[in-house]
Amino acid sequence: MKFYIPPQIPRLAIAFAIFISLFLLLRHFLVPDTFGKYGHYRAASLIDNEQPEIHYSGQEACFKCHQNIEDKKAQDVHSEIHCETCHGPGEKHVISSKAEDIFKPSGREFCGKCHALNAAKLKSAVFQIDLEKHNVGKNCIECHNPHQPWEMKK
Amino acid sequence: MYRMSQSTSTMGNEKIRISRRKFLKNATMVAGAAFGYAWLKSSQVLLFAAEPKDESLPWYGIVIDIQKCIGCGSCAKACKNENDVPKEPFFFRTWIEQYTVKNDGSVNIVSPNGGIDGFVQTVPTEEIFKSFFVPKMCNHCAKSPCIQVCPVGATYDSPEGVVLIDEKYCIGCRYCVQACPYGCRFIHPVKKVANKCTLCYHRLKKGLAPACMEVCPTGARMYGNLRDKNGELVKFLKEHTTQVLRPHLNTGSKLYYNALSSEVR
Repeated sequence: MKFYIPPQIPRLAIAFAIFISLFLLLRHFLVPDTFGKYGHYRAASLIDNEQPEIHYSGQEACFKCHQNIEDKKAQDVHSEIHCETCHGPGEKHVISSKAEDIFKPSGREFCGKCHALNAAKLKSAVFQIDLEKHNVGKNCIECHNPHQPWEMKK
Repeated sequence: MYRMSQSTSTMGNEKIRISRRKFLKNATMVAGAAFGYAWLKSSQVLLFAAEPKDESLPWYGIVIDIQKCIGCGSCAKACKNENDVPKEPFFFRTWIEQYTVKNDGSVNIVSPNGGIDGFVQTVPTEEIFKSFFVPKMCNHCAKSPCIQVCPVGATYDSPEGVVLIDEKYCIGCRYCVQACPYGCRFIHPVKKVANKCTLCYHRLKKGLAPACMEVCPTGARMYGNLRDKNGELVKFLKEHTTQVLRPHLNTGSKLYYNALSSEVR
């Protein structure tokens, strides 16, 4: 039995072989090393995403030095609030221990972010103050101890 | 030669024989296609960039309790500080919206600077039917539209179920920004690549809570391992009626809202 192979077939086969090997060669150089290790992405990118430095240290780091504040705070409603909620990012202060590296909040507006009267806040969620009526002109921390706000300063 | 002789002598038999061969060929193709489809489906390559296989890693989910949120903006502020998000008021990885349903049925939605500076009640109390805050962030969808549209594989579902961006590989084409039905992505104005919530992946890996959850004063935000059936998060989901945003889009959102109102978009 004789097979007749048209002359254009071998030529096409060669062209295909060249294109495919060129494609495979390009792919080898263009696709990054760890691509496809876990899925359709560069696995090394997981490491990249771990790299950024933290700015918030977590309150465990605060309590290593400020045990007294932990004890004060633990007594009532503010016990669930972490230090950095009010004091802002603390990692710089944890490293340097300098007072200027931590934010010391004050002012009616700051406390008001949580405690100002608003219809969207549930009464059970937060104790609310009408800032327009409650001791207008005074700073909250003149009367309230910021770490134990339920106690009045003498 | 044998077949040729057969076909010349008994034409009818030959016809039947060819149709049987065709039949077997087609049947094999159909069976093969079905098998291939089943195999592809089980490996989920058509739906997910990465299906969770490693049982040793957590599979993160998030809960936001709307009843506990007081709109203080600590989360949005902490997110910007922690992740060096540009300070302009249109770049947010997380932000808070205040929904106010008035007595006449109209809904007023505000989010001044993403809620970072807190909220001032703009609608008079007597006109309000109900009002609540809705913190928004990346839903870390299991079948996220943003991953499906990325033409270069620069955004993906990590083995922990966190949707991340490969900043070195992203070409900044903005497909994902368009595809996200929750508006959780933006193009970083300096890096010129897509940017979004990473659930503070760098903190999770160090054993710390995401910055927004660290600073939330009322515990309105929670994260946890969805695999851990006795964990805090699964316990919360069992005990509360929670809902995801836009469930009809089948994004496989892993951000569950407690007490979500139907007005929320």
